[in-house]
Amino acid sequence: MIATRARETGRIVVLLVILGIVLYPLIWMVGSSFKSQPEILSNSSALPQVFTPGNYRDGWSQFDVSFGRFFLNSILIAGLTIIGNMVSCLLAAYAFARLQFPLRGFWFAIMIGTLLLPGHVLIIPQYILFKTFGWVGGIAPLIVPQFLAVEAFFVFLMVQFMRGIPRELDEAAKIDGCSPYGVFRHVLLPLSRPALVTTAIFSFIWTWNEFFRQLVYLSSLDEYTVPVALTLFIDSAGQASVGPMFAMSALSLLPVFLFFVAFQRLLVEGINTSGLKG
Amino acid sequence: MALTTASTPTVQPQDLVRAPAKRRGRGGGPRREGLAGYVFLSPWLLGLLGITAIPMLISLYLSFTDYEVLTPWNEVKWVGLANYERMFADDQSYWHAVQVTVKFALIAVPLKLAAALGVALLLNRERRGVGLFRGLFYLPSLLGGSVALAIVWVNMFNREGAFNGFLNIFGIEGKPWVNDPSWALGTLMVLAIWQFGAPMVIFLAGLKQIPNELYEAAAVDGAGSVRRFWNITLPMLSPVIFFNLVLETINGFQGFTAAFVLSNGTGGPIDSTLMYSLNLYIKGFTEYEMGYAAAMAWVFLLAIALITAVFFGTGRFWVHYGDDR
Repeated sequence: MIATRARETGRIVVLLVILGIVLYPLIWMVGSSFKSQPEILSNSSALPQVFTPGNYRDGWSQFDVSFGRFFLNSILIAGLTIIGNMVSCLLAAYAFARLQFPLRGFWFAIMIGTLLLPGHVLIIPQYILFKTFGWVGGIAPLIVPQFLAVEAFFVFLMVQFMRGIPRELDEAAKIDGCSPYGVFRHVLLPLSRPALVTTAIFSFIWTWNEFFRQLVYLSSLDEYTVPVALTLFIDSAGQASVGPMFAMSALSLLPVFLFFVAFQRLLVEGINTSGLKG
Repeated sequence: MALTTASTPTVQPQDLVRAPAKRRGRGGGPRREGLAGYVFLSPWLLGLLGITAIPMLISLYLSFTDYEVLTPWNEVKWVGLANYERMFADDQSYWHAVQVTVKFALIAVPLKLAAALGVALLLNRERRGVGLFRGLFYLPSLLGGSVALAIVWVNMFNREGAFNGFLNIFGIEGKPWVNDPSWALGTLMVLAIWQFGAPMVIFLAGLKQIPNELYEAAAVDGAGSVRRFWNITLPMLSPVIFFNLVLETINGFQGFTAAFVLSNGTGGPIDSTLMYSLNLYIKGFTEYEMGYAAAMAWVFLLAIALITAVFFGTGRFWVHYGDDR
């Protein structure tokens, strides 16, 4: 009995130590964002000796365009991505989960195939396409694909979800005279709300963190999103901007952190499917 | 892998290869439903053809040309296999990038999965607070892929960073690890391993599926905890291990953001962080050699497809799907 107790305590101590190591970088980031310039070069601990909130003010207006603009750009792209993914993936998922049409099995297999398609393979082909359209240097290449259900992951998520909705509900609606469109409108759309919420949350977080495509397609400073703007700090690598750089980095992670706090349960429960993306 | 709530669907590996069961619809007849099917599918179909399939075919064509970003279409010149020859025979940096990427994946992916499994085993108890631990361990997976976190990471392993502060406690003199060609990639590996939360949660869900009777029976037979782990936990968990391994490997091969931030887009110091995707970016977007970059993207696709095929091919020797398989 005592041995089990001791082992249990040991287990918790080990977990706490690991948790400390895992969380320390985040604490260090926030702490360092309040350090003064000389302190960043001398104090490697997480706690600032002199509390310097000025880094946030300086970072906000470090470049010719303020971070307010960068945040608005990121929010705009994330918002449109959320809408695009929710609408287009739900439509496709309904077709796959509920409707009979020629070649359905074939298209479903293709959809699963694109699920495993590494995203970076598509960067060059899509860039060439959007370049030909004259869309490079704007947000269209970041938004239009999301309205065409290119995130197969969400299609798959919603197909799986719809499989769990009893078919008797569809049948009842059909007996009441509903067409396939009516069944979608009155049965599956309202019942798919949980899957839509999961899609919205993950769409937001992934778009907020996304970098490669934004780097490639956005070309002028006032189009920049937060991640692209943050790389400007690296370019201007002067030691003078390290404090502001930490401040803006921490600030840029705040929305994701708030999503985490608000939706912790839902996120963790939905992770298994999100694991598809890492 | 299984989802843990009633409101979210259960995903099993076999779902990935099987279309939903066929069922004849009634309302409106099959013709009308067939039409409706394509109406609902149309955005996805347009995306598949317009955004994925056709651009990929065009880029396959361009990979046999000298296309650069500003080349007018009528001046694009067919160069045959020249891009591919250059890749495999002439381009030193290409092979270097392949080595960096393989090294990264070979070391970071197993360690990340080991960390994920280890912490999942520690957490796999009915106990208060497990949910909170699980959530906090998952947090790095949500934040870790961002530019912001990469910036923090690079500074953490710089001369005045937290890591050297930690070493100082033991009287060890640190150095700017991110500027050292033999250590820079290592800091990126640590960043990847730090994000073990996502596979950990998948492991946890898998561990919950293992019937307790198996452990009880083994305990009655006198099996110790090590034997129970090897003979019950690992085999029963093998589908989940397989799933995590495939996904993390594909992700590992695509590392970009952190390497870009660490090296300011160059792959340095001395090309030590020149991941495949970063090399692709440099060739395509800073040297504008789109034809060559298109060839690189196609080889990348084939390589990842091959690796995935090898996983699936060898999987049947070590992945156990229970009695029904």
